[in-house]
Order: sequence, then structure tokens, then C-alpha cells
Amino acid sequence: MLGEGIIQGLVETARNFFGSYVDKDRLTTVQYPEERQPLPEAARVFPFLLYDGDDPVAGLRCVACQICEKECPPRCIHIDKSKDKKPDFVGKQQFYPAVFNIDVSVCMSCQICVEVCPFDAIRMDNAFELSTTDRFGGLLYTKRELAKSNEYYQQIHPTEAAECDERRAKELADAKAKATAAAAAAAAKAAQAANPAAAPESATQASKNGAAAPAPSANGSATGAKGEPAKSETKVGQ
Amino acid sequence: MSERVLDLDPVGAGDTEILEVSMGPHHPSTHGVFRMDVRLEGEKVVRLKPVFGYLHRNHEKIAEHGAYLAAIPYTDRLDYLCSMTNNWGYCLAVEKLAGISVPERAEYIRVIVSELTRFQNHAGLIGFLLQDMGASGTPLMYAFREREKILDLFESLSGARMMCNYMRFGGVRVDCTPAWLDEVRSMLAGLPKFVDEFEALLRGNEILMARTQGVGVLPRELAINAGITGPMLRASGVNYDIRKVDHYGIYDRFEFRVPLGDHGDVYDRYMMRVLEMRESIKILEQALRDIPAGPIMDPKVRLRGLRPKAGEAYGRIESPKGELGFFLISDGSTIPYRYRVRPPSMINLTILEDMCLGQNVADVVITLGSVDIVLGEVDR
Repeated sequence: MLGEGIIQGLVETARNFFGSYVDKDRLTTVQYPEERQPLPEAARVFPFLLYDGDDPVAGLRCVACQICEKECPPRCIHIDKSKDKKPDFVGKQQFYPAVFNIDVSVCMSCQICVEVCPFDAIRMDNAFELSTTDRFGGLLYTKRELAKSNEYYQQIHPTEAAECDERRAKELADAKAKATAAAAAAAAKAAQAANPAAAPESATQASKNGAAAPAPSANGSATGAKGEPAKSETKVGQ
Repeated sequence: MSERVLDLDPVGAGDTEILEVSMGPHHPSTHGVFRMDVRLEGEKVVRLKPVFGYLHRNHEKIAEHGAYLAAIPYTDRLDYLCSMTNNWGYCLAVEKLAGISVPERAEYIRVIVSELTRFQNHAGLIGFLLQDMGASGTPLMYAFREREKILDLFESLSGARMMCNYMRFGGVRVDCTPAWLDEVRSMLAGLPKFVDEFEALLRGNEILMARTQGVGVLPRELAINAGITGPMLRASGVNYDIRKVDHYGIYDRFEFRVPLGDHGDVYDRYMMRVLEMRESIKILEQALRDIPAGPIMDPKVRLRGLRPKAGEAYGRIESPKGELGFFLISDGSTIPYRYRVRPPSMINLTILEDMCLGQNVADVVITLGSVDIVLGEVDR
């Protein structure tokens, strides 16, 4: 019958129209500025830099290795390496970025900087309401604007942040263990030097001797790290 | 649409003059920035020249100046509706070039995301095609509603709805969680119903049939000679699907049929997409049933600083639009010496004039719509 197809189509339209009042699958939109759909955890927009602790300058994880700058497909990252160094989270002296700019009008949110970063220093943000009236300065993010705290990261990407924190905690523990072992070895050596007759004995013995012997200097050179002899000594003593 | 009367080429018979119409580049029916120089005799098309290049972004040269890894996010932007299949095509070429193997689980994930991509591309295309024919909004709205559910899945997997940047040579970037697979399963359960409704909406519509049947016919021989691929070729009755012919990835493990058209007209091309959506659902069901546990990346592969041995490789896949191929030449350095894309949209577009000659000007719009082009891929 002529017109049957049209009627069948209208039935479908009616089904969808009335269905949209009762069926959630038929009405998937929300009234955006008032209502928002939750973002998935993996959502990514533009990169940001992570810092530990409270100070965005001292705690910045980036060591200005410039891998992300090289790997960035549209080359939107600009880094100037610092002249001096600052200690990183395990206490090793590292460079830091004197300038770290991301031009987000060029960035294409591909996440390759995050993938290649060996220091867990750059991550993807999920803030997307970034419109600005200043198209040049407003879209060039400097180090100050990019630095976000680890708490923020834990908040926006909980699973990923937990993995990252675990990895870094392990790294820190390894570094500490290494420092402890090195300190103990250095102390033992120092003790041996001070008292050549005594054979190297247990660690407690060595550390006891080490505390008496000029340990701090040995400590500093062996760990090659921070000048925190007090902390290292307590570790040695344990 | 700007119009101008030419006093050149006056037609001998009758009082009609040749009218040259420039359709596009800013025309809602051209699916992007694309222009057609159409010469009309009355309502009839006597010449049609596609003019493209408005969206040229130097994709190939950019890829020749970056590492192998850096080209992947650019491939997202070729056919920006189907970033997953574009990733796959490129990764396949690099894998062939460098001799990289892909773990089982990654292959399954690739099939799942690619078939979802095919589904949403076809749904979107049918929506746009019907919109071009005057079914304003309604089919497109239904299509985009389903597409949005798929894009949400992509976002929770890869972090982005459209520019997924998900696959890597040697596997995929992140593993999918069991929760994600369950979400796909529950979404998939609703898809056959959607296809049924979507098909019933206009399949039997008398106006649509009058408008599309026998319009924009692409004969079988011409389709083969012009190098047409994908649903458009199959609508002309040629049984050629790279998933069946080439068995790239793990497509030989899945049971699915290749729908074929008979007439090669707009209606066949429309139905072809509907049928392919059904086949995609079948593949998805099998892939979700069989997906194994395991690694998702080849542990030996170096993403950064990959240096394939000097040589060349051509990787091709059945993208939703046709044969998407990437041709790579390596000179042993970290950047490709030559990088070339075989874009199905563009090659399918070259035949537009032959399909439109002698048709009415209104049919040009729907013939173009049935080709399924994305200008990001045509112009690169």
C-alpha cells in the first residue's frame, strides 16, 4: 500500500518521541551548563606539571630533560634548562626548567608528552572550560600556570595517580635503602680505617663506630645526595 | 550558493543556457569544505568538477619530519570520525615495516574498537545522508544519540571521544578494564534494536525510494576501474572486503558476511551501511566473547626512537569508508623517509562526476552524501 512506509516511519518517530520521556536510553542529553555529565577518569585535555608538597617551585618534578619537547608532535612545548640544580624527591641534584611553556592553542591533547616522561612530571588535565579573551597570552601557559599539586592529580585521575604514587614511593624507598647501605659501608670503612686491628663486624657495631668516627663527611660523599647527615645517621643507627 | 550566468557554451537546442553553479565550499550538503563546479543545463548536470584542498594540512610531510610515534595522533585527524581505524592502518604499516608482532589481547581490543568505529561511522553517515534528502534532523539525531554512547566508551578507554590516539605499533596504549568490556556488552545489547528502528524509520518510505532508487548509479566495471573500495564498491555488487581478502589482524577468526548491493545506486549504498552495521554487531559479539587475558603491548617494541631497517611496507585495512592504506619507506633512521596515505574518501570521490552526469542538481547532493567522504581525509 502506498504510504505504508511513511506511516511506519512516523510510528518510529512517535516511539522515540514518547519514549524519550520514560526511557533513559532515548534521552541521553543533559542541559549542559546547569547539568553536567561526569567526566571519565581517563579524560584528557591539556597537560600540566606536577609538584610534590606545597611549594610549586621547589617541589616541581620536572628535571628539564626536554624529552617531551622533542617528542611533542606539534612542538608546542618550550623548555629552558636551568643553570643551577635543585634536589629532587629522592634528594638527587637535578636541573629544573627555568622556563616551561605550553602553547595550548597548538597542543593537540595527544598525551605523548605524558607517555614519554620518565619522571612522572607531566600529566593530562581534564579542565575543559578554558576559553579566554586573550588569544596570545591567555593561551600560552607558563610554568606557574601549569604547576598543579599531586593532590589535584589524585583527585582527577585516582587510579593512575595511585599507581604513580606507589611507583614513586618504591623509588624513594630504594633510594633510601641504597643511601643507607652506602652510608653503612662508608661508616664501616671509616671504622676500619680508624681501628685497623678490628675485623669488620655486624652493622650495629659498624654504625656505633661510625657515629664516633667522622661519619658525616663519609656520608655525604657516599650518597652523593643532600647534606642531611642527621637523617642518614638515624637510618644508619637502626 | 553563488550563481553566475556564463555566456560561453551556449547550447544549440532550445532556449536554455548553461548555468555554472559553484556548490560549496560553505554549503551544508558538502560535508566539509568541498566545492563542486557544476554546469547545469536546466536542472540537468552536464559537467561536475570536484575542487578540494581547502583542508590541506600537510599531513604527509609533517609525518616525514617526526618520529614514527609522532604520526599516530596526526592520523586521528585524517578521517576524524574514525580515529581508531586510522590508527590501526598506520600501526599495521609500521608493524610490517619493523617486523613487530601484536599480542592476542591487543588484537581483540583493536577489532572491538574498530567495529564500534565502523558502527558509529555508518550510523552517522546514514543520518547525514537522510538529512541531505530532507529528513531534517530526526534520523541524524537518532544516529548521533547512539554514536554518542560509543564515543563515551572511547572516551573512558582512551581519554578522548574522537581524537583517540589509542593504538601503538605493537599493541594498544592502555588496557581495557573488565568494567569497560561490560559496558560495551550492555551497550551492544541495545544496538540491534536501534538498527531495527533506524531501518524501519525510512527504509520503506516511498518518498525516499523515489528519491534514491536509480539515482547516482555506479556500474560495477566503472567502480572496479576507478579503484573504488569499501561499502561503495560492494553496493555495486563487487565482493571485495579487505577484512575477508587480506585477513589483517585476526579477522579470519570471526564469522561475518559481506553484504552486497545489486544496482549501485544511492539506495543500495544506504542499505549497505545498514547491513554492515548488523555485521559489525556480529563481529563485536564474537570478539567480546573470545577476548583473552594477557599483555597488550609487545614488550620488545621501542615506541620512542624506533628505527626500522631500511625498506618499505604497505599496511591496509578496511576502514569504514574503504581501503585505507599507509605506505612507508624507511631509510633506517628514526623518521620515515616517505609516508603516504591512500585515502578511501578521496579515491571514492573521484568518480563523482560519472555518477552525477545527466542527473538533476538535487541528486548531486544525495549522490555526494552517499559516497561518504570526510574532508580531513580527502585533503590531508
